[in-house]
Amino acid sequence: MSEVLPAEGLLGASWLLIALPLAGAAVLLLGGRRTDRWGHLLGTATVVAAFVLALLCTFQLAGLEERSADVDLFTFISTGDLDVRAGLLFDPLSAIFALLITGVGSLIHVYSIGYMAHDPARRRFFAYLNLFVAAMLLLVLGNSFVALYVGWEGVGLASYLLIAFWYTRPAAATAAKKAFIMNRVGDVGLALAIFLMFAQLGTTSYAGVFGGVGTLAGGTITAIGLLLLLGACGKSGQFPLQAWLPDAMEGPTPVSALIHAATMVTAGVYLIARSAPIYDLTETARTVVMAIGALTLLIGAIAGCAYDDIKKVLAYSTVSQIGYMFLAVGLGPAGYVAGLAHLLAHGFFKAGLFLGAGSVMHAMNDSVDMRRFGGLWKKLPVTFVTFGLGYLALIGFPFLSGYFTKDAIIEATFDRDDWLGWTTGGIAVLAAGLTAFYMTRLMLMTFFGRARWEEGVHPHESPSVMTAPMVVLAVGSVFSGALLVSIFPLSDWLEPVFGEPEEAAHVIAPATIGIALTVIMLLGVLAAWLFVGRREVPVTAPVRVSPVTRAARNALYADTINESLFMRPGQWLTRALVWVDNRGVDGAVNGLAATLGGSSSRLGRAQTGFVRTYALGMLGGAVLVAGALLAVTAG
Amino acid sequence: MTLTYYLVLAAILFTIGAVGVLVRRNAIVVFMCVELMLNSVNLTLVTFARATGTIDGQIMAFFVMVVAAAEVVVGLAIIMSIYRTRRSASVDDANLLKY
Amino acid sequence: MTDFPWLLLMIAVPAVGAAVVAALPKGRDLLAKQVALGVSLVVLLLAVLTAIAFDTGGDRFQLTSSVTWIEDFGVSFALGIDGIALVMLLLIGVLVPVVIGASWNDELPEQRSMKAYFAWLLLLEAMMVGVFAATDVFLFYVFFEAMLVPMYFIIGSFGGPRRQYAAVKFFLYSLVGGLIMLAAVIGLYVVSNSQLGEGTFAFDALRQLDIDPGVQKLLFLGFFIAFAIKAPLVPFHTWLPDSGSEAPIGGAVLLVGVLDKVGTFGFLRYCLPLFPDASRFFAPFVLVLAVVGILYAALLAMGQSDMKRLVSYTSISHFGFIALGIFAFTTEAATGAVLYMVNHGIATGLLFLVVGMLIARGGSRQIGDYGGVAAKAPLLAGAFLVAGLASLALPGTNSFVSEFLVLIGSFPEEPVFTIIATVGIILAALYILLMYQRTMHGPARGVLLQEDPAEPAPGTGGATAVLTAPRRSLRVLDLSRRELAVVTPLVALIIALGVYPQPLLDVIEPAVSATMDDLGGIDQ
Repeated sequence: MSEVLPAEGLLGASWLLIALPLAGAAVLLLGGRRTDRWGHLLGTATVVAAFVLALLCTFQLAGLEERSADVDLFTFISTGDLDVRAGLLFDPLSAIFALLITGVGSLIHVYSIGYMAHDPARRRFFAYLNLFVAAMLLLVLGNSFVALYVGWEGVGLASYLLIAFWYTRPAAATAAKKAFIMNRVGDVGLALAIFLMFAQLGTTSYAGVFGGVGTLAGGTITAIGLLLLLGACGKSGQFPLQAWLPDAMEGPTPVSALIHAATMVTAGVYLIARSAPIYDLTETARTVVMAIGALTLLIGAIAGCAYDDIKKVLAYSTVSQIGYMFLAVGLGPAGYVAGLAHLLAHGFFKAGLFLGAGSVMHAMNDSVDMRRFGGLWKKLPVTFVTFGLGYLALIGFPFLSGYFTKDAIIEATFDRDDWLGWTTGGIAVLAAGLTAFYMTRLMLMTFFGRARWEEGVHPHESPSVMTAPMVVLAVGSVFSGALLVSIFPLSDWLEPVFGEPEEAAHVIAPATIGIALTVIMLLGVLAAWLFVGRREVPVTAPVRVSPVTRAARNALYADTINESLFMRPGQWLTRALVWVDNRGVDGAVNGLAATLGGSSSRLGRAQTGFVRTYALGMLGGAVLVAGALLAVTAG
Repeated sequence: MTLTYYLVLAAILFTIGAVGVLVRRNAIVVFMCVELMLNSVNLTLVTFARATGTIDGQIMAFFVMVVAAAEVVVGLAIIMSIYRTRRSASVDDANLLKY
Repeated sequence: MTDFPWLLLMIAVPAVGAAVVAALPKGRDLLAKQVALGVSLVVLLLAVLTAIAFDTGGDRFQLTSSVTWIEDFGVSFALGIDGIALVMLLLIGVLVPVVIGASWNDELPEQRSMKAYFAWLLLLEAMMVGVFAATDVFLFYVFFEAMLVPMYFIIGSFGGPRRQYAAVKFFLYSLVGGLIMLAAVIGLYVVSNSQLGEGTFAFDALRQLDIDPGVQKLLFLGFFIAFAIKAPLVPFHTWLPDSGSEAPIGGAVLLVGVLDKVGTFGFLRYCLPLFPDASRFFAPFVLVLAVVGILYAALLAMGQSDMKRLVSYTSISHFGFIALGIFAFTTEAATGAVLYMVNHGIATGLLFLVVGMLIARGGSRQIGDYGGVAAKAPLLAGAFLVAGLASLALPGTNSFVSEFLVLIGSFPEEPVFTIIATVGIILAALYILLMYQRTMHGPARGVLLQEDPAEPAPGTGGATAVLTAPRRSLRVLDLSRRELAVVTPLVALIIALGVYPQPLLDVIEPAVSATMDDLGGIDQ
């Protein structure tokens, strides 16, 4: 951890990065219908302005000797031994994220102007998008784990609001709730990690924690690492908390592109990369990160092969690709840069793919069923070309971005040269083949073959306000990999954060891996062509399929497991407790009251109203007293 | 002089009064029996006063008589008003004040 | 300025106001409302002035005044506030005008007048101020019990269909607790008499006593049970859902927002400083109750179909967090707990108000009778969402700061309890979002769509559990200007205190540190 210097100049104003979109969101939400006419323009302008500012800040940062700037803002919470200051940390790592968020964010804002043009609630949409950008920037720019946590839950809220944007659809409302809850499960992990840091180190700032983590016991460090990982899994849709991400596709497509592909879901990767000083000290936690990454990338790839919903296929692809990134950052120093390079490249091509899918949906009356697509390449030429470039980048076609970045991850994995490296590396290679398969299947079903459109559908190319961002992203998909890996190496830029990149001893020559991956990719493409491209695609999904396909269609039964393990027992427990509370706890109270009331009314029966009965009672009492007195005096 | 005769007489009077209160229904008779019990007590008081040669017992007896007189006034008035409303002087008929 | 009797005024103004409102001629409801609102705003002003007069770095108790009341027993009418009491007074000052504004057009049961309702509200305000401002234990006890009277009438006269059951239950529960506490108060007097040679009820003198541990435990239990019923902690909680759901909305807000805080305030003000050894002895048991309460009440909240009951159960869950923060015995956690008391009053107060506004429109308290309200009433839905998010302690809202402080402060001392409590934040998200989704999201359906109020909509069998109030204009679904004026200050506070809570923390912390000092050497 390099020394932190107080920020000067533009960097001192980097809080504006967050304030601008936040102000946009506030104006749009509070302004009400008055802002309907120009609200989308304001929303876009704030994010573009933030992008320009982020660029300027990054240039200034590049000129600094230490390449790290701390912006102290105000005291957030200070009591007892706890002192949390609101502050920002602008360093190379947060800079690339800020650029990604505002850059891709700007493009998607522009795209949304066209995509949401006919939605009556477009202003609200831009308000939520701005809110998201602000929260996400806080997440990556905050200089303490508390600031990160605030942004972390803030993006969760924005994600909830945007998934449920069309809230009159029950599916959207349910998906939003599911996303929020599963994220909260992860948040508990993150929160506990922060508590543990405070208990052990008395601070939650990055500088304090990373400075002191070396003094902690190994078990504690591992616990912190694993708890942070739980948080990362929730946000990034990793096993076992992956089930919300595909459902989140109920949100409008620009949301899927920005939040559920390019930025928010990569926050988990950011968290682990940011916490590198912690993970560097715990082999166990890193092993778990790798295992989860490998498992998830396989699950995502398998599930992606079976869906007919274009957005769900892309969503599972996202799950799978983030699995690659987890695998990479789990490698430790050898993999951080590779993982982040893949993250950036993925930000370009996956956002482009989603925007392309949105353009297709736009043309097909919002249908997402690929079985009713087909032959669209003639009707949607721009979409086809940009989508195709994103596709090639994703499957790792040589010399496009995915080729470089995925290659680097797999290389680094094998370089470990132990059982873990070989197993996870093998899985990653296998999944690369699956990726090629499902993406080719998607391409074939959507753009090629015979048109299987529903009646009344007349595909048309999207307006240029939508295609322009797609073109920019496609260009990014093509060149970003080469740029990040060889021309302007990301490893040099990130050197202040992760240290000098060490020259690893290669177990397998990089060229061999490159060729092997290309071959496997081609096999995947071929398989897809054999299964899908050669034959007519039926408009309804075949029912009689192998158990493997059925499992894949159910995403390996993740929802079923969650339901039978948590939801049903939870509902049962809730009902049982309601019964216990009403009958048991409250019943005891009411029972006591009833017993008292009942016995007093029974005692009251003794009051017969007959004077002579009372007289007898008095006499009896007097005799008793007299007798007692006698007994006492006699005895 | 021996106390025994007086005390036995007072005890007999008290018992008659007590039994009367318990067994008779007519309010007037019950009332008379109460008076009988009070007076048996008075007899006892006076007897002991005489025996010990002090006048405390006699003073006490006067108090009892005054209270008994006041009680007769209130009691008879109540019995009268009950008789007027219910056309009965039976104590068992006036049993409204119960659970 | 510090010699000015701010606290006495804060009790006297609403008390006199209550008498004035009650004495107004019949039929002048509007005048009664205006007077009540005016009085409550004056109290708010007084609270703010009190806060200005309060010196954060000064003595523990400030603005003190003391008049001998019952000389023979050493009782005096002694008032004074520390930082904890000050923030509670501010909370009262804010909530009462809001509640009066929200109740402006309430539909009351037959033969009940608005005038009486507002008079009781003002009297309640006076009593609540007294409870927090008393520095004499006997005076505290008097206000503690006297507070029940207005609340009893507010629930019993102006509440829902089962109001009488709820009111009696509320009263009996509180009275039982109060009487047990009375025994302990007398016990304290006896101890002070034997140690100081002269009996006293003054808090500062009692704090200096050195009480035998065995006696401490008994006295602690006397106070604790009263406060645990008031707070309420599981298993003394079952009166709250009944009272919370049957009380009129304004009453429910004050009940859950302020009145119940007397319990947790009592833990911190009386149990810990007066009985330090017993507090430490019983802390594990209290923590178990607190943590069980957090999860148990949260699960119960999920199982409710009645919105007001649901909100009441969420409060019980939140009180578990407050108790956890207090009995973890660290400055951070206890400061968080006090802040939690304020924040919960604001957040749950808003949640109750918004739920009340929804119920006033639909006439049913059942969640199942609503659906898709967001499309018809976006402002209402927005306010509902803000209140809900504050209730689930989302960062950026005030509750996050306090919940975070409670948990992070408790963790070093009580890691196991804290970990279990932290799971509660998942459940909080569940119960809030389930309610929000069912009422606000989805296609529009339910009682708000019915044209004829007499006929229940198909498939809403439970809709007959309606209030006596007939539904007013069905067309005006979204918030009116008056309702916006009621909601806005609370929303603004939720966000302002969520972003910049430090001013409140600066006020609370010295008082909490002093309490921890009384407790002896755990934290310092």
